[in-house]
Amino acid sequence: MHELALAQAVVETITERTGDDQVVLVRLEIGKLSGVEVDAIRFCFDVVTAGTTVEGADLEIDEPSGQARCRSCGAACELSDLWGRCECGGIDLEVTSGDQLRIQEVRVTTDVRDVRV
Amino acid sequence: MCATCGCDDTEGVRIEGFDDHADGDEHDHDHEHTHDDHHHNGHYHGDGHHVHAAGQGHAHGHASDGAVETITLDQDVLAKNDRLAAQNRQWLADHGIRAVNLMSSPGAGKTTLLERTVRELAVAEPVAVIEGDQETPMDALRLRATGCRTVQVNTGAGCHLDADMLAKALRSLDPEDGSVVFIENVGNLVCPALFDLGEGRRVVLASTTEGEDKPLKYPHMFRAADLVLLTKADLLPYVPFEQGRFTEHLRRVNPDAELLPVSAVSGAGLGEWHDWLRAAVSAATTRRRQGGHGDRRTP
Repeated sequence: MHELALAQAVVETITERTGDDQVVLVRLEIGKLSGVEVDAIRFCFDVVTAGTTVEGADLEIDEPSGQARCRSCGAACELSDLWGRCECGGIDLEVTSGDQLRIQEVRVTTDVRDVRV
Repeated sequence: MCATCGCDDTEGVRIEGFDDHADGDEHDHDHEHTHDDHHHNGHYHGDGHHVHAAGQGHAHGHASDGAVETITLDQDVLAKNDRLAAQNRQWLADHGIRAVNLMSSPGAGKTTLLERTVRELAVAEPVAVIEGDQETPMDALRLRATGCRTVQVNTGAGCHLDADMLAKALRSLDPEDGSVVFIENVGNLVCPALFDLGEGRRVVLASTTEGEDKPLKYPHMFRAADLVLLTKADLLPYVPFEQGRFTEHLRRVNPDAELLPVSAVSGAGLGEWHDWLRAAVSAATTRRRQGGHGDRRTP
């Protein structure tokens, strides 16, 4: 269940940046080839955000599909898993997309009452 | 963080050090405190950031009258782990220490292979081991019985070692300059694949009793390997394991990994395994800091 550790890393990275601001939206990118279960991330996100400034935030997850370049013929091909095969029969594929595991952006509300002059 | 042993309060990780601390340090304390003591109403405290003084917790209501701002992070989820791993890697290189991360499913034979490997390697060069398991110091005791300097990392609820755990384990282990450090990861073919520790090489073990389809079922793990050891090779005449099919499946997910059948019982392949260790990790030695042992502070 590495998704728990990943969800903790997400919250930690965000709160380091956003401080005391209330986070209302988190947008992640989790590629289809990343080896990470999106449902498990959602479950763990709810658990690890409890009691933090990220609690209650909406979680949007983009799931880019797998793309690869065949090292034999140079063609680009789509990959649904890590042991795909190029149309030329080549299996030596360089994954070019789909293994992302990134925090893209967050949306925060800054409480105007906290503003000091 | 537990002030006595440095264990992480959020994950219940425990590191039981090598018990020959020359400076009489603090690692012989017992662990009577419960780690629940460190948790605060479910708050997650990452690395000391965002800590509230007693009674100063902030309100968590969504402020409807505040301004909404979008902040672009565009950052890897594992960026922090990767930064720590890079620090580990640099420290290991500075001290000419060659670190090999061993990963497999539980029962593939990591500890048995290590018992024999450290006995044979330790004749010629200093060797130390970091043992990762969810619970119990059993594997560390087995390795210490060979005379090898060993620390045990118990990950508690965790299913893998990460770069922070390795840094703490290295602090406890304090390996000799120029030594070989084996890191026996938690038995798990899924999670450890994602977490860079800062090791020099990754070795994945698969045993002849597990079936030829393991590389396809756990592609992330086999894709991460520099070397795949096919363990329990002495059982090949007795189990329905087709080595050719295993090789074919491995090539589908990792065309570059070397494959070496070994048996810790018969000794088959161990000479090649030791040759691989010497050759594959010797580059670390050449990066060793000139003119001394460098900064002895562990990462």
